[in-house]
Order: sequence, then structure tokens, then C-alpha cells
Amino acid sequence: MPDSVLRVLTCGSVDDGKSTLIGRLLFECGTIPDDVMAALERDSKRFGTVDGATDYALLVDGLEAEREQGVTIDVAYRFFETPARRFILADTPGHQQYTRNMVTGASTADLAILLIDARKGILPQTRRHAAIASMLGIRQVVLAVNKMDLAGFDESVFAAIRYDFRALLGKLEFNRITPIPICARDGDNVTGPSARMPWYTGHTLLHALEAADPRLVQGGLFRMPVQYVNRPDHTFRGYAGTIATGRVRPGDTVFNAGAHTEAAVARIVSMDGDLAEAGAGDPVTLVLDREIDISRGDVLSADPVPAAADGLDSWVVWMDETPLFRGRAYLLMLGTKTVVATITDITTRLDMETLEEVSVRELALNEIGRVSISLTHPVVCEPYETSRELGGFILIDRLTRGTVGAGMVTAIRTRNADIVWHRMEVDKATRSLMKHQKPAVLWFTGLSGAGKSTIANQVEKRLHALGHHTMVLDGDNVRHGLNRDLGFSEADRVENIRRIAEVARLFVEAGLIVIVSFISPYRAERLLARDRVGEGEFLEIFVDTPIEECRRRDPKGLYEKADSGQIRNFTGVDAPYEAPLDPEIRLRTLEGTPDMLADEVVSALRARGNIG
Amino acid sequence: MSERRPAHLATLEAESIRIFREVAAQAVRPALLYSIGKDSSVLLHLARKAFYPAKPPFPLVHIDTTWKFRAMIEFRDATVRRLGLELRIHTNPDGIRDNINPFDHGGAYTQIMKTDALKQALTAGNYDFAIGGARRDEERSRAKERIFSVRAPGHAWDPKRQRPELWNLYNGQLAPNETMRVFPLSNWTELDVWTYIAAEGIDVVPLYFAAMRPTVMRGGQIIVVDDGRMRFQPGETPEDRLVRFRSLGCYPLSAAVLSDAGDMDALLAEMLVTRDSERAGRLIDQEQDSSMERKKREGYF
Repeated sequence: MPDSVLRVLTCGSVDDGKSTLIGRLLFECGTIPDDVMAALERDSKRFGTVDGATDYALLVDGLEAEREQGVTIDVAYRFFETPARRFILADTPGHQQYTRNMVTGASTADLAILLIDARKGILPQTRRHAAIASMLGIRQVVLAVNKMDLAGFDESVFAAIRYDFRALLGKLEFNRITPIPICARDGDNVTGPSARMPWYTGHTLLHALEAADPRLVQGGLFRMPVQYVNRPDHTFRGYAGTIATGRVRPGDTVFNAGAHTEAAVARIVSMDGDLAEAGAGDPVTLVLDREIDISRGDVLSADPVPAAADGLDSWVVWMDETPLFRGRAYLLMLGTKTVVATITDITTRLDMETLEEVSVRELALNEIGRVSISLTHPVVCEPYETSRELGGFILIDRLTRGTVGAGMVTAIRTRNADIVWHRMEVDKATRSLMKHQKPAVLWFTGLSGAGKSTIANQVEKRLHALGHHTMVLDGDNVRHGLNRDLGFSEADRVENIRRIAEVARLFVEAGLIVIVSFISPYRAERLLARDRVGEGEFLEIFVDTPIEECRRRDPKGLYEKADSGQIRNFTGVDAPYEAPLDPEIRLRTLEGTPDMLADEVVSALRARGNIG
Repeated sequence: MSERRPAHLATLEAESIRIFREVAAQAVRPALLYSIGKDSSVLLHLARKAFYPAKPPFPLVHIDTTWKFRAMIEFRDATVRRLGLELRIHTNPDGIRDNINPFDHGGAYTQIMKTDALKQALTAGNYDFAIGGARRDEERSRAKERIFSVRAPGHAWDPKRQRPELWNLYNGQLAPNETMRVFPLSNWTELDVWTYIAAEGIDVVPLYFAAMRPTVMRGGQIIVVDDGRMRFQPGETPEDRLVRFRSLGCYPLSAAVLSDAGDMDALLAEMLVTRDSERAGRLIDQEQDSSMERKKREGYF
């Protein structure tokens, strides 16, 4: 029976023969049942690419679509074992657009097999794959030089590729590299030696996998992110989680790292009886000797030291079609904690050709760059190179809820304890009390020509007449001053909104009713602005005018210009407008005059208690 | 930890327990889809470990086609009673009304009594997370399944919309009307399941062990005659054979294998030398090579 598990990542360019190699390994390790082999023989005749012979790639190319296209389009997990070891193999595709799958496979792998076509040598993708493997913490690599049959089993071809790969290494952090010449189709040097390459006397691929270091047990001090508080009734309260590093025993003192509280471990509970000890990788339930405030996302630690980060510097692998911009906010999940995170800076991108860093302001799909992030709540974390468990995070889009980025912490920023936000005696509440109003942001959004500014101006006049203190922010007074350095690219639009949201927040602090009138076409940006102020202080007002009507009005002649191509990225013409799904106020301009609609806003403010 | 338990099972067990706890932490209304078979037995055992001393914080949901082996239903009811768990049973009322059965309706039977029934049960229970026992080694399209697998409104699976799954970070966030299916046994093999059952002393349905049972041969497969509803074809008469099952489902659709593995040791010994996949005995998968992927897209578990 196997006594360890090795997680292996396979990566290579399209057509390097990766699926064939994996199929071979599975076949030769006896993993393939007879009825599946029979199906494979049938499939080989129908879809096979090796002239009716058994096509081992078909064993692993699972999805119908990809079998018909003859390429692998997603990450697949395969298992096989030898008497010594169980292997979990993540098969990831080689083409550029699926880098995210490779990163996914690499995140849990102990070793990477980099597949190279002997005829083509080191390709840009090879470099990219090696860089990703290194960045994600894989320290052992097997360089499988495949299709040696098509290179005449020539030792000099193999030697040249080996030499070229060494030249890459200066920038990568591998501890062990094992180059092996193979022919996956026929099995040479896969599980047994090759009679056709007598000049090679090193490990076969399978031997190399058996000789690799399994995942090292994480040493260091005890750390456990609390995953779940187990509290079936008032008699039991246990903290469940998987130990990230170190060991724990009953009697040990543990700290709630963020909260500076401590307790002693009373029991380590399990269904098989209490444990005397547990270590990294063990899922445990800890009972403490006293009640301290602990919830999911907290980290129990042997030392009080781990700093809770207010901000992070990181490498981010971007996995979404929409680029990553400064100012955007996402959910960040690290350990067992999920918080809102704002992208504060994007400085460089890793050029995959040269492995040099290039200065950029945004990250596109499949790009990897240095990104700074600020966090709404502190998160206990560590640099990724110290701990995968406490240093790897994902970014989640707040609308689609999809995973759009993967990050690795490189540095942790904590706000200096001496300069924590000082609670001044004069604050928002006292300022607004003097003005006899509750501050708020009235955020008017809608298409160009919808009537936002017209209604906003009417609202301000009414509020002023009632003795309230207001301020208007619109394109005219912001674009010409504060934001005059910004253009109309998507990145600049995001930054534009971010600054407006920040200014609006400051005015709310000052106790004002802030009237913002901006097209603000993206839900994500409006959500960002909403998050900058307190609960109930943000009113999204959707000025709902059909685009046909906006075009008809076209007060500034902008639609005409956009239609003729003189203006680009014009909302509603060649750029999207994401209508609010659940605005606080919806103003249908076809159903009322600006006066009536302004009255509607003022009544809503009165009903909410913002004005008397 | 038992002496019979190989070290790699500790790794698999730890991963599964972590997944269960993540569901409990992230889900609002989770459910465990309990199908009574060996994988469900392991799933339930892991769930109990994950939340001990509490009971698993979710109900078991069983989709009852009314054609399961009698021994399965007895085992189900005994297990639920013994462990004091909450069981919710659902049968598709449309199928009962139209007398849908595995003899007359073939593929439509699976669609109506399993896939549609499952969707009805999930919708009726308003479950946001459903935990299942599928493993990646079962079938090619399963190999690409995520551990947390998002389903679009209507429970459909879109292979292109699956989220990248990194480290041990499981993104359980859902957009409106999306649901999540979770597979804690993703990285287990059939042999792991049996080795673990043996090491942990987990109860399974007796049909997995060899016994003399009344059978007929049909299309090269051995079908066990489980009750009076069996439809015989001309010339078929039941004959006792020493058989067991590797995979359990609806009795007219589950093929037995000839075996004399009457206890756990014999069964493990047989598993180590067997040359057929467990799905060889599932009649529904052989209609078409991509049938599993098709069924998944339609919402099959």
C-alpha cells in the first residue's frame, strides 16, 4: 500500500503529447480497466490521431467538445499508484489562453512535469510554465523531452534542450531538475528503459516521480485558521480547522492572533477519541479552557506575533476577461477569511518571454503582475514563500461571484498602531447634528441625456430652500479640476469614479448631502462608491430613460458624434451601461416632469429621516 | 487511526473533512445527497467525523426511484435511525402518475426518476449546496469536475463556466439562483473507498458481498431478481448464482458480478486484481460514450 501522496502537475505546449504521456502512465501502472481499454480501442479508430493504433490520449481527453477538437481544454485530475506512492496528477492545457488552469494545477502540486517536443525545443510556453511553477512554489521539475523518435533518438538534440533549459534557471527557484528523453507514444523511458536510447542511463519518468520529495510537513510554529465554530448546544464549543503549520497538544497556550487574546488548549476532540497531539495538515476540533471571542477567519497561533495585515503586496495572476484596474474592489479569500479588498496599485507585469518586469497600469487575462491591495478588515497572513496556506489568496468578483484572480502575498502592510484612525471629538454625527440633517450620497446614474443633471439641480434647489447643506459633484466640476489628468479609457474611468467616491465620502464626513451626477455605467464602480460610506448613507438613483429617448434629446449632440465614430467608448453606443438591479430610487423620466421627479427624491429623503 | 489504514488515506480523509466544514461554513441550506451505496456510506462517515461531537448540520436527501434493492432501503432506514439523522425522501410524482419504470422507458426512466426528481427535490428544499459522492476516477468527464461545482439556475452544469480552484480555497459564493454541488470524495478511487471502509469498520449494504441470489442473464449481464415486479423475457427463468455488486442503483439496471468474496478481506483481495471498471455494471452509461457528460449538463448528479 502506498505510504505517501505526490501531487504532480503536467504542462506543455499544444501537441507536445501530454495526454498521450499521461494515458501511457495510467496504462502501464495498470490503472486502466479492461472495459475502458476496449472502449479506447473503439475510440482510437473513430477519433484517434495515430493511424488506427491505440491512442492513449483518448484515455484522458474527457469532454466531448475537446475530443472532437483534439485539444485539452480544462484541468483534469488523474490518479495512479505504484507500491510506493499514490500520485494525483493535474493535467493542464498548454495553450496561452488557459494559463489560469495551469496556475490552478500548480497551486497544489509538489512536482511539475514540463513536456517539450524534441523537435521544437524550449518554446515561449515552456518558459511561461516554468515561471508559473516556480512562482507557485513548485521546487522539483522533470523535463520530459518527448517525441525523441521524431528526432532520431539523437543524444545531441536532448543535450541541447537540456542546456537551453539551464539557461532559464537563473530566474527560477527550482531545487531539483531531472531531464529525461522519452517517447510517450511507445513508452520509452516512461516506466522502463529505452532500448532505442542506450546513451541515457538516468531515471525513467516513473522512477523520477517515485524518487521525488513528497510534500514536506510544514514545520514552524502552530497556526490554524478557524474554519468553523462547532457549537451544537451550550455544553460544547469547539474550533474546527486544518492545522497550517506546526503542532499542538493539550495544555498549549494559543493566541487569537488578530484580537490579542489567549487561552489554553483543553482537548483535541475527534470521533475516534481525544488526541494527544496533532500536526500540520490534520483537521482538528480544539476545545479551549476558557471562552474568548473567536470566529471563522481568525487564526489560532502558538505566538501572539502574526501581524494582521491591513494591506498586501502580491503577485496576482489575472483570470478574467475584464482587465484588473486600480480602484476596483473584490472579495478576497485567504485561509478561512473573506474580506472586501480594493486594488490600490498595479505596478508591473511579468513579461513571459524575458521574465523581466514591465511597468503597467492594468492586468489583462492570463497576465501576472505586482499588485497592492488594501483590506477592509485585517487578515492574518504570511508571505507565500513561507506558507502556501496563509499566503495564497483568491479574488472573487462581487457580482458574478466567480473566481477572477489568484494571488501570492509578497509583503504585508500593517497600519502603525500609533496612527490608527483617531476618533476626533468633532465627528460626522456632531457636524451633521449642527446642520439638522443626516448626511447621504445621492448617486444619480443613467445614460447620457437621461436627465440626471437637470433633476439633480432641481433637488439641490429644493434642499437649499429647505435650509439644508448640500454639494454637487458632476462631470463639469470634477473633470476640469481634480480629474483633469484622466482620459476615457476603462482604467481611467475606474479611477475617475474612485476619486469621486472618495470625495463624496469626505463630504459625508463633513455632514453634507452630496449630490453626485455621473453616468457611472458599471455596477462594480457604483458598488465601490456605496462601500465608501456607511450603511444607509448611499442612495442609488436610477434616472431611467430609454436610449431612444436619450438619442432624440441628445442635448450636447454626443450621440450623433458617437454614431459617426468621432467619439469612442460612448455609453449606450459602443460601451455598455449596466442598469442598477435594485436602486433605492428609480425615476422614470417618461412618466414625470423634472419637477415632479425632484419632489419624489425630496420626499424619499424625508421618509428616510435625512431631512426634517 | 487503524493499523490497516494506508498513510495516503489520512491525506484523503483530511481533505474531505476540510471540504465538509467549508460547506457548513459557507452554505445557508446545505443537504447531503445520500444514495445508500458505498460512496454514500463513506461520505456520511466523513461528515460525522468533520462535525463530531455534533451531528452533521444538514439533512440527508434520498432520491427514491422506487426501484432500489429492498436491502438498500432497509439499510437506509436502519442507518438513519441508528445515527439519529434527518432523512428527506423524494420521488418524482409525475413518474408515479405515468407509471414510469426501467423496463418500458429506458433513458426516459433515468431522466424522469433520477435527474428530474433530483432537480425537484433540490428546488423544493431550496438547498443552496448539495453534497454528493462522485469521484473523479469514475469517468472521463468527472476528471475535470471541480470540488465546488457551480450550477446555473435550473441546475445545469456548464463545463466552461466552472471556477478555477486554487490551493484549498473553495469559492462558495453564489450569484442569484445559482447553486453549488460539492464533491468531498473527488480525489478518492474505488479502491480507496473500500480500503477506508475496511479500515474504519464502516457498515455497507450487504449486496456488496457475495451470496447466492436469484438471477437472470441479459445481454451478457447478470441481473438479480429483487422483487415480484421483475419482467422476464421469453425463456428467462431465475437461477441462483453466487454474485455481488460493485455499484448499486435500481435493481433492473444494476449488473452483478460473479464473485465468492463473502467478507471484507476477500472483497479487498478481489478489488486488487479486478480488471473491469465499476461502471461496467451500470447499464445507463453505455448507451453512448459521452452519455455522462450529457446527463451532467442536464443536471444529473
